[in-house]
Amino acid sequence: MATEAAVDVVMPQMGVSVSEGTITKWLKQEGQPIAADEPLLEISTDKVDTEVPSPGEGVLQQILVQEGETVEVGTRLAVIAPEGSEAPPASTDPVPEPATAQAAAEANAAASGESTTPSAETTDATPTETATAETTDTTEAPPPVAVPSDGQGDGKTFVSPVVARIAAEHSVDLKQISGTGRGGRVTKKDILTFIETGAAPPPDSPEAPAEAPAAPAPEAPKPPPAPALAPTPAPAAAQVGEVLEPMNAMRRGIAEHMRRSLDTSAHVTSAIEVDMSRIVSIRNKLKQEYQAAYGVNPTYLAFVARATVETLKEYPWVNGEIRGDQIVTRSYVNLGFAVELADGKGLIVPVLKNVETLNLLGIAKGVADLAQRARDKKLLPDEVQGGTFTITNPGGYGTFHGTPVISQPQAGILGTYAVVKRPWVIQDELGDDVIAIRSIMNLTLTYDHRLVDGALAGRFLRDLREKLQTWGESDY
Amino acid sequence: MRRDKRVFVIGEDVGVYGGAFKVTLGFQEEFGPWRVIDSPLSETAIVAGCTGAAIMGMRPVAEMQFADFISCAWDHLVTVAAKQRYRAGTPVPITVRLPSGGGFSGGPFHSQNPESSFAHIPGLKCVCPATPEDAKGLIVSAIEDPNPVLFFEHKHLYRRIKGEVPDERYVTPIGKARTHREGEDVTVITWGAMVYTAEEAAKQLDDVSVEIIDLRTVLPWDREAVLESVQKTSKALVLHEDTRTGGFGAEIAATIAEEAFEHLDAPVKRVTAPDTPVPFSPVLEKAFIPQVEDVLAGLRELSAY
Repeated sequence: MATEAAVDVVMPQMGVSVSEGTITKWLKQEGQPIAADEPLLEISTDKVDTEVPSPGEGVLQQILVQEGETVEVGTRLAVIAPEGSEAPPASTDPVPEPATAQAAAEANAAASGESTTPSAETTDATPTETATAETTDTTEAPPPVAVPSDGQGDGKTFVSPVVARIAAEHSVDLKQISGTGRGGRVTKKDILTFIETGAAPPPDSPEAPAEAPAAPAPEAPKPPPAPALAPTPAPAAAQVGEVLEPMNAMRRGIAEHMRRSLDTSAHVTSAIEVDMSRIVSIRNKLKQEYQAAYGVNPTYLAFVARATVETLKEYPWVNGEIRGDQIVTRSYVNLGFAVELADGKGLIVPVLKNVETLNLLGIAKGVADLAQRARDKKLLPDEVQGGTFTITNPGGYGTFHGTPVISQPQAGILGTYAVVKRPWVIQDELGDDVIAIRSIMNLTLTYDHRLVDGALAGRFLRDLREKLQTWGESDY
Repeated sequence: MRRDKRVFVIGEDVGVYGGAFKVTLGFQEEFGPWRVIDSPLSETAIVAGCTGAAIMGMRPVAEMQFADFISCAWDHLVTVAAKQRYRAGTPVPITVRLPSGGGFSGGPFHSQNPESSFAHIPGLKCVCPATPEDAKGLIVSAIEDPNPVLFFEHKHLYRRIKGEVPDERYVTPIGKARTHREGEDVTVITWGAMVYTAEEAAKQLDDVSVEIIDLRTVLPWDREAVLESVQKTSKALVLHEDTRTGGFGAEIAATIAEEAFEHLDAPVKRVTAPDTPVPFSPVLEKAFIPQVEDVLAGLRELSAY
């Protein structure tokens, strides 16, 4: 559908608790043609990174918000004009609410369009969907994180009274001056040096040279204040051999959540060994059928998830939450899966909702879809919220034990580890002990001891193991 | 006392003993017991007697053995002496000498710096010399001033600071500050013993040029000198040994904010004692009284701002 009139691109509402987003990359430049629903830019919120599709077809006439800037939901980001039209002056009217809804709907449509093409690579024999750490999402809004509008720090924006007065008296544009004060602030010395070196014409000398010389080299930086004495941290400075890079929104979100979780829950981890030989056998049988009929792999993770959901029904506190001084239990399970992002620089925990209604096939499909869209940055923020229990799989790299961090405000997180063949003592058909080669997997349950006691966790793991070791094909 | 027969000294042990800090040692021998009077142990009586004598035309110089004890004389100082001239037009030319300040484990009753309390009282003047030369010039001004003057002598300066004092008679005017050290980057406004703390901190900072203004008198205070210096440096640190809340540094900081706002390149910083009584323990007292390190920290913070 060709756009008939200029269309505004606005910061979409990426979920109920997200109020702002950061432009990470423009995928089109001004003047380039763009098709409807074609990815136009990438944004980052404290929940997810995602692409924003073009709301219409035409030419990207104007980019209003530059990369690196953080703006509120509903802010106009760009204007798409009909192809061949003259560039009209950009409207400065606030964007009406429907535009926001439209953009969000577009984003939804783009995201859901991906779900019908699950990727085979997410369904390897050894489950690799998930990563070692946990989640960036909660059902509550995280505290706002101060995001510098650019790499130069917020100090640039504060102008002291004396600097403001001198700047006004000499008609100096402070943006031309590199500040040496805290956070890059322009100090009185900076502006006086700037004026003395003749960089700025005084207001009463119109015949000042037309081309202003380049801004003077900044003064040698003063030694940083002694750490114990400075009430606010000095801006980070790279030492020799170090490289500084800014944290992205996701890393900040992870950092905040991990710390808060450890500060909130009383983490305890229990582990159990599970003989997965029966699952291996069932899986080998189902694999071809699932692949051929549904294009999806029945991963170990899907089996474990299926058995976990069934076990959680009998242990509502493990699927519960402490809310104030109340205990919340539920008639449903929303299962989070920790997914490592492709570049190894983050993870995300998409949530499969109402897993108690899904069989093995449904879980396998759901996990594959969420994992793929997580890596493609096509998740919607509401898809990383509302989990009631989480599974993480550090075992993809061969580890056999871990102590994951609970995704708040949940009460537990299950860790799955590598399936390895081990000599195992079992009973033969005559009841005699024999050593056999079996496929063994460790499971850990990390639980919030405020709510879940060790005995309860032990019984949960025992029952989960029992299901995994004894369930038949039809149970999944 | 040799020049003016109206001047007499009164206080606890100021006569035979020469004063707790030997400031009046030898005075009674020269001027006799009628002009160098050992008083009863009553600050109330000392200040009340001085007030009456001053109204009758004398120029009394009273000594509180420790500045802390002046609270006993509050009523006569604040209710009578400070208001007499406004109320009846009668000058009350008394000088009350107050050995003040801490740093020698004197505890809560022998270490205070109560100048802020009296600077708040209209009708009183508060003098806080930091150098021997100023001490002489200002005591003369205090005695000759027609109004009640509180003369704060920091005990730590008695034996620690030595300096040239002109032999001849001279007067150091009340209300005139002194630039103790010239600088370009930060102004420290202080008085009394803290002048030397500030000086030591300034010496340790190679890369920051610190100007130190010694107020000399806290009331009236030389706001012109302070504002002029702050307009030059655009950064101000107010330092005093008194506690923080309602300390006279707050008045100075507020005045700078009011009068020199457009010259400021950083918030006005205060370095003071915390809001507690003075502790006995040497360790705690060191933590209580602003140290060179505290001033250094404040100066570095302002410098880096």
